[in-house]
Amino acid sequence: MILPFKIAKRDDVPKNKAALILILSIVLALVLSGVVLLFFGLNPIKVFGTIVTGSLGSAMRIQQTLIKAIPLTIASLGILVAFKMKFWNIGGEGQIMMGAFAASWVALNNGDLPSPILLPLMAVAAIVGGGVWALIPALFKARMGTNETIFTLMMNYIAIKFVTYLQYGPWKDPAAKGFPKIPAFSGNAVLPNVFGLHAGWIIMIILVAAVFLFMNYTKKGYEITVVGESLDTARYAGMNVSAIILVAMSISGGLLGLVGMVQASAIEHTLTWGLSSGYGFTAIITTWLARLNAITTLFVCLAFAMLLQGADYIQLALNVPSSVAGIVEGIILFFVLGSDFFLRYRVQWIGLARARAEADGLPLRGGAAE
Amino acid sequence: MEAFLAASIVAAMPLLFATLGELITEKSGSLNLGVEGMMLMGAVIGFITAFYTGNPGAALLGAFAAGAGGALIFAVITVTLRGNQVVTGLTLTIFGTGFSSFVGDPLIGQSVPQAVQAYFAARPIPGLGDIPFLGPVFFRQDVFVYLGYVLVVLVSIYLYKTRFGLNMRAVGENTAAADASGVNVDFQKYAHIVFGGGLCGLGGAYLALVFVPMWQADVVTGRGWIAVALVIFASWNPTKAFFGSFLFGALSILGLRLQSMGFQISQYLVDMFPYVATIVIVILSTHKNRKEDLPPADLSVPYFREER
Amino acid sequence: MRGITKSFGSAKANDRIGLTVYSGEIHALLGENGAGKSTLMNMLSGIYRPDSGSIFINGKAAHLTSPKDAIAKGIGMIHQHFKLVDVLTARDNIILGGGSGFFLREKELNEKILRLSDQYGLDVKPAKKVYEMSVGEKQTLEILKVLYRGARILILDEPTAVLTPQEIEKLFAIIRNMKARGCAVIIITHKLGEVMAISDRITVLRRGEAIATVETNRVEIPALIEMMVGRKVDLSIKRVRYEDRKELLRVDGVTVINHEKKTALDGVSFTLHGHEILGVAGVAGSGQKELCETIAGLQEAEKGRIFFENENILGKTPRDIIRLGIRMGFIPEDRLGMGLVGSMDIVQNIILKEYQNQRGFILRRGPSVEKAKQIVDRLEIQTPSIRTPVSRLSGGNIQKVLLGREIDSNPKVLITAYPVRGLDIGASYRIYDLLGEQKGRGVGIIFIGEDLDVLIELCDRILVLSGGKVTGILDAAQASKEEVGFLMAGGAA
Repeated sequence: MILPFKIAKRDDVPKNKAALILILSIVLALVLSGVVLLFFGLNPIKVFGTIVTGSLGSAMRIQQTLIKAIPLTIASLGILVAFKMKFWNIGGEGQIMMGAFAASWVALNNGDLPSPILLPLMAVAAIVGGGVWALIPALFKARMGTNETIFTLMMNYIAIKFVTYLQYGPWKDPAAKGFPKIPAFSGNAVLPNVFGLHAGWIIMIILVAAVFLFMNYTKKGYEITVVGESLDTARYAGMNVSAIILVAMSISGGLLGLVGMVQASAIEHTLTWGLSSGYGFTAIITTWLARLNAITTLFVCLAFAMLLQGADYIQLALNVPSSVAGIVEGIILFFVLGSDFFLRYRVQWIGLARARAEADGLPLRGGAAE
Repeated sequence: MEAFLAASIVAAMPLLFATLGELITEKSGSLNLGVEGMMLMGAVIGFITAFYTGNPGAALLGAFAAGAGGALIFAVITVTLRGNQVVTGLTLTIFGTGFSSFVGDPLIGQSVPQAVQAYFAARPIPGLGDIPFLGPVFFRQDVFVYLGYVLVVLVSIYLYKTRFGLNMRAVGENTAAADASGVNVDFQKYAHIVFGGGLCGLGGAYLALVFVPMWQADVVTGRGWIAVALVIFASWNPTKAFFGSFLFGALSILGLRLQSMGFQISQYLVDMFPYVATIVIVILSTHKNRKEDLPPADLSVPYFREER
Repeated sequence: MRGITKSFGSAKANDRIGLTVYSGEIHALLGENGAGKSTLMNMLSGIYRPDSGSIFINGKAAHLTSPKDAIAKGIGMIHQHFKLVDVLTARDNIILGGGSGFFLREKELNEKILRLSDQYGLDVKPAKKVYEMSVGEKQTLEILKVLYRGARILILDEPTAVLTPQEIEKLFAIIRNMKARGCAVIIITHKLGEVMAISDRITVLRRGEAIATVETNRVEIPALIEMMVGRKVDLSIKRVRYEDRKELLRVDGVTVINHEKKTALDGVSFTLHGHEILGVAGVAGSGQKELCETIAGLQEAEKGRIFFENENILGKTPRDIIRLGIRMGFIPEDRLGMGLVGSMDIVQNIILKEYQNQRGFILRRGPSVEKAKQIVDRLEIQTPSIRTPVSRLSGGNIQKVLLGREIDSNPKVLITAYPVRGLDIGASYRIYDLLGEQKGRGVGIIFIGEDLDVLIELCDRILVLSGGKVTGILDAAQASKEEVGFLMAGGAA
């Protein structure tokens, strides 16, 4: 086959060129998403415009956007720690649920404790709940090398079924006249508002900084990175690989568990089986887009929260299913994944004429300019 | 018992198609974690085609094309552009989930047209269907199930007895060696990723057309992931994949069966069975010693010929 | 081949190279590591595409875009790292990618293969799986695979690197047989003795350029070396003997079963002294890797003891060994897969050995930055900065980073696995010098090597491994290559 270009590996890409490639791929992704919308008879400009106004158009909508950014960012930080170790934790949904379950258990049984005691207790319980849920696959990974991808994913379904069981069974609110819901928390178990937004945003900011410092400036963070790069090197350097996997996964699961506490306390005021709302999955995309950097994660999550809030809004405003967000997210990530190629390889356009000439074996002068 | 096993076969079919699809994909060296997404795409397109045309053949074709189309995206990104297979597969699942909810949204609650339902009704095979025990279990099923049997046999022959199967296995085991031997690596990968995706699409369509026969969002509920686990359980062997799917089909309907037999057990706890069983299988499959039971050696390793 | 140029990133691997090979000739391609020999041949076999230049076969321009094209033109290459599929049989590997028809006709193919192997005097069992084969068998299979496709131009890339002297003789006989049948044979090597023994003509490459093509019987070894290296070099290694050698390490009856459940080491016993380099010879996969890793605490052993001075360290992890204050350096075979982290810079790679001894939770880089600068200076490492990821450095410089770090920790025992593999002559001799320097400071060194000449010149004693057993420990000053080769093949057994 005669192709009008050549591909070669490249050494390094200047930062601004890399940024340009990234932006270009996102723009292309949005264009393609627009074409898809057109195909379904929707006006893409109107849809995208409504997504923007729906997420930023008023103080209330901005608040809603931020409310989505908080769980997404914290969840992404949790995924980040695992992915840095190349531990494919796709069990975020389950870890969020189990964190929420543990926090709810504390909240429902100790509703009369004052907030300053109850809320930290709930947070600790959530971290333990999510951490333990992540620790189960991690233990098998560390001891036997069991594939964590499927394991963590199956743990999602189990957690969701478990909470559903509670909601329809033992924890069902007898006062709800047969309606399957778990009783609401007492006011003490609800995160207070700070500057018009629930206090989760403070937790989020602290955690972004903490995870950034942890990954870059501590021995454990360094160890996690080395384990992710090469298990053999980690062993060679005398690292206790099993212990590192377990620590990293308790942190990862703990952070995701905390998301469950924030959502149960500030948003739902109780435990529901739909509480994780896909944050554990979307966090995979945002973390990857942020190239496993905690600071970048915050900004990517803000952008994705706009998309999520905007999608919710268009469902109301334009009667377009909010699942359109999943399509747009998918297309963006496809393009970004594909664009990596242009960072690692140099594609040199030589033109069809030259390619044909080469195919005929004609002697040629040295390489064309890049 | 016969009825239970026959129902298990039905429940096994979506898993079998998806497992064979992923098996073919993995044998040629690609780990596509987008099975769930491809099944959903196949399910929704299969359902829509059936709903608007009433033609079962067109529905199957549409489902196959949808799954294959999803797989094609994966192939372009991972083969041509050498993107990370794990993340691309996960993205395909997210994309496919969004795609099926979005496209299927107007049809929620609608049923499969009678003509299509009738086509996929059980049709006993003359002779075979009369064998005691085996007949009712295996040979009084719908055409989809028979297609599944044929597929298991064809895939086995293809893999182990043909030149194409050999070339494709070599790509999965040692891409560089296959390339140096003159095998067209990219073609092999593309062909098997896309065909495998098509089978996943068919598996999804079975759920929407036969198993549930109406449209509901997220009909697949994790079966795509169970299929990924079943490939490991089956040691990348099509025959073992059949028995694995059968086992899981049985497990997934066991709860209902137990309840109807009077066991007091919550529906939601019973629903956990297949997922717990999948975990057990993944754990048990961790240690395999025979070389032939190991995953293809170059599974999910990106290949660039001029890599030094 | 005319005017062939090929670049990788900014490095020019081949620069306007011309090469002519005739049928019925054995043509040696001689050059140092990194001179561009394999790159050039990879273009002839369709693996790489030249940036510019053209290739003619039987006088006709050939456009090779893939290995398939090259095979169709009668070109067959036997790569240094065999390109065989482990879980397939010999037969499946031979017919891979070629042939016609839909189904595999096994019987017919078996017969055809046996007929061909008889013709060339090769010994191949068609139904045997590749993973059950020895290195020699694999090479024979590679040759047969190429012949089966009707190759008239045969390229062998460093074919002798993994063979014993006796196996090399057998290989040469096969090559001469092919020459007699009118094939053109190109053999890539950096071993001068073999070039003189087998080739008709020699083309020397240096830094991507073709220096000269000469007839073998009109040239002497020293002239060839000068062409290869570009200057006169003294290829002798100084070996100083020290008398005050005290025992540092004693390995006693160590048996290891590796992760493939094979007995990799079988009752291995030896001692290592200070002021000594102990060479380890053996065919690839004779247990060298397991030996290094067992001593370093990375591999569990079934039985045996390993005393470091008077402490039994067998069963201890690398972490335990560091905690015990035992200073041991280890240069593993897989530098970027085990010794270093490729995507990290020099400083972060230096930290790898340091951070265990830091107290507290925070990672301190300051001292390692200083150390990195020192190592770069002392070993003359060519790098844009100490912040450059090590995977971007050349093979020799990567090895210097690793060796520099290990020496920097003042080891008492230094284990080195194939430390000069892939390095050019200058860099190799720099490494030998560094090892000699360490020996002078009283360090006991284990040197796993593959070049018998070097082992004999550099080491004080040579331990020979065969199938995980020690088949002999020789005094290097009195050992001959043939003797070592005999022991490598299993010795008396």
